[in-house]
Amino acid sequence: MTELTKLTAAELAEKIRTREVSSVEVTQAHLDRIAAVDDHIHAFLHVDTEGALEAARAVDGDVAEGRELASPLAGVPLALKDVLTTKGIPTTVGSKTLEGWLPPYDATVTRKLREAGVVILGKTNMDEFAMGSSTENSAYGPTHNPWDHARIPGGSGGGSSASIAAFEAPLAIGTDTGGSIRQPGAVTGTVGVKPTYGGVSRYGLVAFSSSLDQAGPCARTVLDAALLHEVIGGHDPFDSTSIDAPVPPVVAAARQGLSGDLSGVRVGVVKEFGGDGYQSGVLRSFEAAVEQLRALGAEVVEVSCPHFTYALPAYYLIAPSECSSNLARFDAMRYGLRAGDDGTHSAEEVMSLTREKGFGAEVKRRIMLGTYALSSGYYDAYYGSAQKVRTLISRDFDSAFEKVDVLVSPTTPTTAFKIGERVDDPMAMYLADLCTIPSNLAGNAAMSVPSGLSDEDGLPVGLQIMAPSLADDRLYRVGAAYEVARDAAAGGSLVHQVPELGGNK
Amino acid sequence: MTALAELMDYDEVIERYDPVLGLEVHVELNTDTKMFCGCPTTFGGEPNTQVCPTCLGLPGSLPVVNGKGVESAIRIGLALNCEIAGWCRFARKNYFYPDQPKNFQTSQYDEPIAFDGHLDVTLDDGEVVRVEIERAHMEEDTGKSLHMGGATGRIHGADYSLLDYNRAGVPLIEIVTKPIVGTGARAAEVARAYVTTLRALMAALDVSDVRMDQGSLRCDANVSLMAKDATEFGTRTETKNVNSLRSVERAVRYEMSRQGALLAGGGTVKLETRHFQESDGTTSAGRAKETAEDYRYFPEPDLVPVAPSREWVEELRKTLPEDPTERRKRIQREWELSDEELRDLFNAGAVELVASTVDAGAKPSDARGWWVNFLAQEANTREVDLAGLAITPVQVAKVIELVTSGELTNKLAREVVRGVLDGEGEPAEVVEKRGLKVVSDDSALLAAVDEALASQPDIADKIRGGKVQAAGAIVGAVMKATKGQADAKRVRELIIERVGS
Amino acid sequence: MTNISRDEVAHLAKLARLAVTDDELDVFAGQLDQILDSVAKVSEVAADDIPPTSHAVPLTNVFREDVVRPGLSQEQALSGAPAAEEGRFRVPRILGEE
Repeated sequence: MTELTKLTAAELAEKIRTREVSSVEVTQAHLDRIAAVDDHIHAFLHVDTEGALEAARAVDGDVAEGRELASPLAGVPLALKDVLTTKGIPTTVGSKTLEGWLPPYDATVTRKLREAGVVILGKTNMDEFAMGSSTENSAYGPTHNPWDHARIPGGSGGGSSASIAAFEAPLAIGTDTGGSIRQPGAVTGTVGVKPTYGGVSRYGLVAFSSSLDQAGPCARTVLDAALLHEVIGGHDPFDSTSIDAPVPPVVAAARQGLSGDLSGVRVGVVKEFGGDGYQSGVLRSFEAAVEQLRALGAEVVEVSCPHFTYALPAYYLIAPSECSSNLARFDAMRYGLRAGDDGTHSAEEVMSLTREKGFGAEVKRRIMLGTYALSSGYYDAYYGSAQKVRTLISRDFDSAFEKVDVLVSPTTPTTAFKIGERVDDPMAMYLADLCTIPSNLAGNAAMSVPSGLSDEDGLPVGLQIMAPSLADDRLYRVGAAYEVARDAAAGGSLVHQVPELGGNK
Repeated sequence: MTALAELMDYDEVIERYDPVLGLEVHVELNTDTKMFCGCPTTFGGEPNTQVCPTCLGLPGSLPVVNGKGVESAIRIGLALNCEIAGWCRFARKNYFYPDQPKNFQTSQYDEPIAFDGHLDVTLDDGEVVRVEIERAHMEEDTGKSLHMGGATGRIHGADYSLLDYNRAGVPLIEIVTKPIVGTGARAAEVARAYVTTLRALMAALDVSDVRMDQGSLRCDANVSLMAKDATEFGTRTETKNVNSLRSVERAVRYEMSRQGALLAGGGTVKLETRHFQESDGTTSAGRAKETAEDYRYFPEPDLVPVAPSREWVEELRKTLPEDPTERRKRIQREWELSDEELRDLFNAGAVELVASTVDAGAKPSDARGWWVNFLAQEANTREVDLAGLAITPVQVAKVIELVTSGELTNKLAREVVRGVLDGEGEPAEVVEKRGLKVVSDDSALLAAVDEALASQPDIADKIRGGKVQAAGAIVGAVMKATKGQADAKRVRELIIERVGS
Repeated sequence: MTNISRDEVAHLAKLARLAVTDDELDVFAGQLDQILDSVAKVSEVAADDIPPTSHAVPLTNVFREDVVRPGLSQEQALSGAPAAEEGRFRVPRILGEE
């Protein structure tokens, strides 16, 4: 039974469809796994046992009755990041301010998952309001990296990445504002994709930075990620920034990639991402990955994107600015935490007391930073300039994609760092998103795929692949081709090298 | 209560200062749904029953623009002779207040959909003043609070408040004038005429209910004075939510007199919001604006830019109603009105009501007569605007029809109208319930006529002798006997007939 | 070198409705200073002729039909309210006016 948790989503879906196993058995296996290991990992904030089994039974009913299944992932379990609303199921966004909140509505992603027969196991841990790169900013305690429990699983979606690396779920949903899908994917040896902005609806995604936030798939294989991408992608009239175009053919592209041929594909290595500040083992893994791509027939060239080095500072103006406005609604009036309402305090005072109590340090820091950046007198120098950098970064991508089909870089400069190592140094923490942020600012698609273990510390490294907006399929073709080649050379999928989980926390 | 302010005589204010006005009018659109979500906009629903995740500001919710709201905004802009932006964005205006679910208002900042226009308004004596329009932009309304506990039900001294978000997100168009200068003694009159004309225009565009009493049209009046030799505007005050046409004029007059007294006494005007008291026509100090509010505007990332095509704008231009000034001329011609009659009609805010009554089948003279005389008096007594009376033009037309057909006398008709205003139902129902049918049964009338003639034989003789005007006394007696429910004209005919036979 | 004072941080906290402690003021003042120093770099390349980008995807005119959609019931609307009364959200007394 435990073997079920080792299978890919595609394999599980096939076994369910052909009645080799039931969705209930698959779901129960994962619930059992969660019960066995999540005390050590802490990937989940809420496990919806009953809801999951009920959804599984519905799929089994369809199978038994011979009805056409709702999607190629019908009956497959999934872990949902706690930033997407789930009707009647707690949604905390990793914050005390929403502890116990039961949303009266489903996010569009949640609805699409339910309609596709995907079994939602529960809600995963995250940095509070998705602000962070380590999941240490969760108000409910950190998540541990399955590769080394003393290390971070990345962030903000550390719960989602850890849950699949720990075989608690074959699939997960993350959200990526500055790298929160890709960086956790890299440091846990899993696949994470940030689709083109507007490719997946943001309706019901509790906003951190509206112009950057994008939900996407997390999986153990590129094909699984593609299958999930097709389930959650597509136009949504409830999101004005949703693109009214068909989902790029990502599953077909992944299958094409699995053939292992990349001849004719032009790959650009981003010149600016490397050198000082990058762990040498990460760089060696990246260089090996580039060689692998070349071996698959890709034409590799170096490409300069001179403004990418301004992406991090621009991000730390735009994201806090938008968050200072997005998080204003958490004011103790209509929902969530209320503090200090003892009859002596005014509404204004209760708002301030509640927000002080309900938000963690990183959230407060960013709210104040954003409040400052938007203030009259500073707007042009900070927010205004950051928006111009955004234009420059888009132009860099545009000119790069005239020369190449995809760009590659390390996903993050280092392997998973130790829990507690960077908590008191925000600037050091922010560096984790150095390479991932440009695609958030420009809105294009990007993926992290495991490129092996760093030779100096034995921890996973990720290869980032970037494609133009709406060309998400290119990620999957290149990613899948690379993945089969790497796994073949290494004698198996990287994530299966995760140490067996015992009692050592 | 605030201490009584020193006031300067209005004439003296004009002698010593030039008033400068700036008017901000918020028009609530009459779309079926809110600006950014599909919730209904109907007035007066049970609290928090016209809400959804978006207008409640729930985490994760997103706005989507109501296309009809944009269309209305463009039509308003065109009717105000504005330029229409080829590309503009929504912006977030950030400030915390419990009636605002997101703690920011989705509005427009430096890219309004309409800008640089004008509206010509006609004053009582026919003088036309051009009011320059700065901008018209789209935004959303707030929720409503009830203040509980304390003595007054007002915000000050309340123990707590209760919030209803049914109104939150209702589309608003904010129309802002450029500074209105050079109007001198007529400043207050111009303010009123501007809002009156704007209201008529919004009604003609059919974009709003324009019910000032229900808040679907609200006016904030900025007033300042500058000394005759000054080159810069004085410090202004912003009087909020002036809720009737009459109040617009009163509020401006009051502020001018108050500021005049302050300045003449060596004092300074404080930059602040002020609140108008309908009861005594004064304004009282509100929030100080000394430290300019920092709203931290930035482009709304959840909404994409609005870029109306020229074709769309031109299509909408074709749907505009007649120019108000042209229309005024046409109405005068078609309804055969003197300048004075026309003025009274406009001043009473009765043009649309009369026009609708005419559309419903009444003769223009009858329709006008009812609205500017009896109904205007009723509005005055009931302390509402004419448009706020609980009677529709269709109902007024029905009453006029009953008079024309002889089923009601004018006196009875007035009683029927009162019944309708008191909520007793349609005119026919009021006639029925109150038993107001004219006594048109000739045999009943004849009996009354005979009785009156018999009791006053001397008058009967006079009539017989050719003094027909003497019949008035007999008519009076018959009307008294029938408690007014007889048609006086018919009574007179019967008297002549009786005496002559 | 930006220099954000403790008072400025206190002002920001007030604008953002955060009842921060004195200790936090000190910590945040130092951290915000450091962060602002490093992000100020954006102005190096933000020339006048470069248009700002507010939206990653160049869409325009996304409109909804003016058609009523079912929303939440009063019970659902108030389900998360810290306090409610008479079908309304109950909140502490509101200062001032708007």
